[in-house]
Amino acid sequence: MGSVTATVAPPIGRNIIPWFRTFAAITGSGFRRYSTYRQATVAGAFTNTVFGFLRCYVLLAVAAGAGGVAAGYSPAQLATFVWVGQGLLAVVLLWRWTDLADRIRTGEVASDLLRPVHPVVSYLATDLGRAGYALLTRFLPPVLTGLLFFDLVLPSRWQTVPLFVLSVGLAVVICFGCRFLVNATAYWLYDARGAMILWTLSSGVLAGLYFPLRFLPDWAAVPLWLATPFPSLLQTPLDVLVERDGAGIQAGMVGVQVLWAGLILLACRRVQRRAERKLVVQGG
Amino acid sequence: MTALPPDAPVIEARDLRKEFVVRVRAGRFRRTKRVVGAVDGIDLTVRRGEMIGYIGPNGAGKSTTLKMMTGVLSPSSGEVRVCGLPPVAQRVRLALRIGVVFGQRSQLWWDLPLRDSFDLLRHVYRVPAAEHAARLRRCRAELDLDGFLDIPVRQLSLGQRMRGELTAALLHGPEVLFLDEPTIGLDLVSRQAVRAFLAELGATGDTTLVLTTHDLADIERLCRRLVVIDHGRVVHDGSIEALHARYGSRRRVVADLEEPLAEPPVLPGAPLLRVEADGRRLVFACESATASEVVAGLARLVALRDIAIEEPDIEDVVARLYRAPAPTPAPTPAPAGDVAQGCSITSTAKVPGASAS
Repeated sequence: MGSVTATVAPPIGRNIIPWFRTFAAITGSGFRRYSTYRQATVAGAFTNTVFGFLRCYVLLAVAAGAGGVAAGYSPAQLATFVWVGQGLLAVVLLWRWTDLADRIRTGEVASDLLRPVHPVVSYLATDLGRAGYALLTRFLPPVLTGLLFFDLVLPSRWQTVPLFVLSVGLAVVICFGCRFLVNATAYWLYDARGAMILWTLSSGVLAGLYFPLRFLPDWAAVPLWLATPFPSLLQTPLDVLVERDGAGIQAGMVGVQVLWAGLILLACRRVQRRAERKLVVQGG
Repeated sequence: MTALPPDAPVIEARDLRKEFVVRVRAGRFRRTKRVVGAVDGIDLTVRRGEMIGYIGPNGAGKSTTLKMMTGVLSPSSGEVRVCGLPPVAQRVRLALRIGVVFGQRSQLWWDLPLRDSFDLLRHVYRVPAAEHAARLRRCRAELDLDGFLDIPVRQLSLGQRMRGELTAALLHGPEVLFLDEPTIGLDLVSRQAVRAFLAELGATGDTTLVLTTHDLADIERLCRRLVVIDHGRVVHDGSIEALHARYGSRRRVVADLEEPLAEPPVLPGAPLLRVEADGRRLVFACESATASEVVAGLARLVALRDIAIEEPDIEDVVARLYRAPAPTPAPTPAPAGDVAQGCSITSTAKVPGASAS
C-alpha cells in the first residue's frame, strides 16, 4: 500500500498577520529612529521654508511675465505647488540617504542579511516610518507658512485629497526604491558616490523640484512622465493636489505611479538578489 | 522548523572553499584579475552543545568561513550545512535558528536605546512575548544591562554595547551562536563578564558556540575544542592539550637558589633551558621527567629558596603554528573526553601549500 505525502500551505492569515506586525514594528522603529534627531529636523524645516519664499517669488514672477498663467498654472496653483513641494521634499526624501551604501562599504550589511526579514522589506518599512515622522515635522511648517503668506488653492474635487494621500504614499515608495537602487551600486562599485551625484542632479531637475515639468514642451514631458520614475516623485502628487488637469488625467497619473512603484520594488528585489549572489562583505 | 536528530551534526562542512577575484593594476589603464583563495578546503563537523574555538592569523579565513556558515557569503565550492540547512539558499530560515555577534560590527540600531532594539527584535524574529521576556530577564541579570537599557546605542561604551550585542543575538533562542572576535577591544572587566556569560551559556549544552578570536585566553577559558586555520586550511583540530602534545610544549620548573652555582645540576629527562639572575635562577623543561621528579632531583642536589611550575603557554604554541607550516599533515582526532562530553570530531587537516601548483 502506498502512501501519499502532501504539503498543505498554511492558511494565509497565519503568515500575513505576523508579517504585517513585523512590518509595522519596523516602521514604528523607523519613526522613533528619525525622531531622535530633533535639531536636524528644526534646521531642515527652517531651510525648506526659506527656500520656499525664494522659489515662490521666482515662479510668481514667471507667471506675471507670462500674463498671469504659466504652463497652465494660475499664480495660486504655482504657490501651492511650491509650498507643498517644499514640505514633500523631506517626506519623499530625494537626497541625503546613504544608509545602505554606508553599510555595504563598512560591511555592516552582513547584519541585514542575518535577519529573517528581506532587506528590501526591512529598509522600506524603516523608510515609511521616517516618512511618517517627516510628514508631521517637515511637511507642515512650510505648508502652514505658505498658507499664512500666500494665496493657495484648496481642492475643489472630492477625490483630490484621497488621491493626493495615495500619490504621496506611492511617491515615498518610488523614491525609496530609486534611492535603494542608487545605494545598491555600492555592491559592485564599493562606493556609491558617483551614482549618488548623478541621482542628485537628475532627480532635482526631472522630478519637478527646480521648475514644474509642465514648463517643458509635451514631446519632452510626456515621455519623461511615462518612461522614467522621476515625475512620480514630486511633480505628480503636486499636480494631483493643485488639480492642474481634468479628473481623468489626475487619476491616470496616480495609475502611472502605481506601475512605477511595482516596477521599482521588483527591480530592488532583483538587484538585491544579484548583489547577494556576488556579495563580498568588506573587511575582516 | 525542522528539528535535527539529537546526534546529528549542527554544522557540517565538506571541502569548503572560497575564492575572491581581486583586480590588480597592471599598467596605466589595465587591470588584471587575480584569484585569491581565502578558504581552501575545510572539513569540519560540529555537534550540538560543543564550544569550539576557531583561531588563525589575520587573513587565515576565519571570518570568511563564518560568513559562509551564516549564509552571508556563497562558497565557491564544497558543501556546508548548518542546522541541516544550506546557509545561502535557506538564509532566512537559518537566521531564525542562529545568532551572530560580530565584535567589530554592530547589529543593533544605532539611534535606538537597547530596550527598543530588543523589542524590535522580538517582532523581527516573531518570538512569543513570554519567551522573549524570560530570555531578556536572564540576560539583564547576567550581563548587568539595567543601567544602560534606555541609552541610545551610539552613546554606549564598547563593553556595554557588546553586552547588548550578545543579548540581541540570544533573544530568539538560537541553536548555534557564532561569535566573531566578541572580546576585541574590551577592557579586562568587560572581557571577564563576556567570558563568564558565554561559559555559563555553553555549560547548559543547549547552544552550540563557534568562537573566533585572537585572544587565546578566551579559548582557554571557554573552548575544549580548538580548530586552528591557516592559509584557508585546518592545521589543527582537537583539544588544547593535544596541541601542546603535538608541538612538544612542556611544563617548566623555575628554581630560585640560595647560592649561585658555578656548575648547574644535570637532571635526567629535564634539560636546562636557561640560567638567570647571575646563576641564582634555573629554568628546566619537563620532557620525559615529571615536574615532581624535577623538583625532587633539585632538592637533593641544591639548596632551594623557592620553586615555581609554569604551565605551557598556549600563545607560544599558536605563534609557532602561525609562523611555520604545520609539521605533520596528519588528522588529529581528539581522544574521547578530550573534547566536550558526547561530541565526536571528524576533521581532516592539510598542510598549507600541499596542493599548490
